[in-house]
Amino acid sequence: MSELRRDLRGGPARLLVVDDNKVNRLLLTRSLELQGHTVASAENGRVALEMLQRESFDLLLLDMEMPEMDGFQVLERLINDRQLRDLPVIVTSSLEGIANVVRCIELGAEDYLSKPVNPVLLKARIGACLEKKHLRDQQKELMRRFATPEVAQDLQDSGFWLGGKLVHASVMFSDIRGFTSLAESQSPEETIELLNTYYELMFDAISGHGGIVTVMMGDGLMSVFGAPMPLPDHAESAVCAAQEMVELIDLFNVDRQAAAKPPIKIGIGIASGEMVAGYTGTNQRATYTCIGDTVNLAARLETHTKVAQCAILIDQTTRSALSERITVEPLGLVPFKGKTAAVDVFSVDPGQKR
Amino acid sequence: MTAPAIDRATFEALKETTGAEFALELVDTFLQEAPPMLNELRHALAAKDADKFRRTAHSLKSNSNTFGALTLGAMARELELGGIAKVIESGGQPLDALAQEYSRVAAALTELQHE
Repeated sequence: MSELRRDLRGGPARLLVVDDNKVNRLLLTRSLELQGHTVASAENGRVALEMLQRESFDLLLLDMEMPEMDGFQVLERLINDRQLRDLPVIVTSSLEGIANVVRCIELGAEDYLSKPVNPVLLKARIGACLEKKHLRDQQKELMRRFATPEVAQDLQDSGFWLGGKLVHASVMFSDIRGFTSLAESQSPEETIELLNTYYELMFDAISGHGGIVTVMMGDGLMSVFGAPMPLPDHAESAVCAAQEMVELIDLFNVDRQAAAKPPIKIGIGIASGEMVAGYTGTNQRATYTCIGDTVNLAARLETHTKVAQCAILIDQTTRSALSERITVEPLGLVPFKGKTAAVDVFSVDPGQKR
Repeated sequence: MTAPAIDRATFEALKETTGAEFALELVDTFLQEAPPMLNELRHALAAKDADKFRRTAHSLKSNSNTFGALTLGAMARELELGGIAKVIESGGQPLDALAQEYSRVAAALTELQHE
């Protein structure tokens, strides 16, 4: 979003003035232009909403009494619109009565200015409003960078709470084989560059199949398919993502070989079933994660790829959810640490895709 | 009515904050927009359209106050808050008074434009 590249504090912003009265509209537009902002105007709520769908604005200055669609209706529409919900609105009205002010604030308006609007007050309120929006945009950007879009949306929709719920999902663990010795044989810069490329490729494959990465640790990734948003075919999606990851690494190795660098190998473990998903941590620092036996099993399967010399290993539950397009090879029962009974393990041929 | 049609201080403040040239252009807009508003009030009264009556009175009030036409603004406010029924009861007299006051405001504003 362009807002982030621009420092809004005191800087110019794109404002939309909505007022059916021409004198009011011109006057307000003029005051705002004199404050250095770029201003567009609309003569009623319907026209304003059309403009908001087409262009992006930093702030809306809204009159209440208008024909066709009044200010209250505009506020109601904005509050129910995911894209426009966060657009700050300052109501400018000469409607009398505290009840109207309260109704506007309840419908999400940031502020209420009585007409005729005092220019000094207007400037201060707009400054405060844009500052708040700027902070909100920064927060959203941080969230976008450090959380997945699904988690960010989930947080925005339902707010933040520590605690979990039971979900049916598939968990994937993956890492680079022999990464530690690889890191020791090259410069730190090279290692970071390698990790960045690796992450980019893996994130691409994972999110491309509807998964989200919940944990990144060194060269290791934990991803979930089916939470926080349910995914009907989470097992198959996870396996397809795994196949694509292996394929992308193969392509990456062609580049590396051309640059006389050793190829890298990855191992992936996938398990499916019930797990607890939610935010854990403290109110200051928290993360979205999944916990349970299924998660532990996926981690064990990933570790086992080294022993089995296979790129992708899955459990029985994942296997039974797969369509015929994906053929798997049973490796028999494997005893795992922390598991009372041995577990049926299957290897997925990384070469088969969709 | 002995109060001036236009409160000079309000009008000067408008000129100062928006620029003299813009303020005079805005007067033009008002002189174009106000007569249709007075008409609309009469139509709303004839049609007994209380909502339209109140909304138009509301607009006129807010524009009047912008230019310092405080008496006109106060009269419009009385119509807005008093409602259409009161005006019907008095046979539309308040609208005549309003039109009269508007003539005074229009004359004063035109004069200010040529100052």
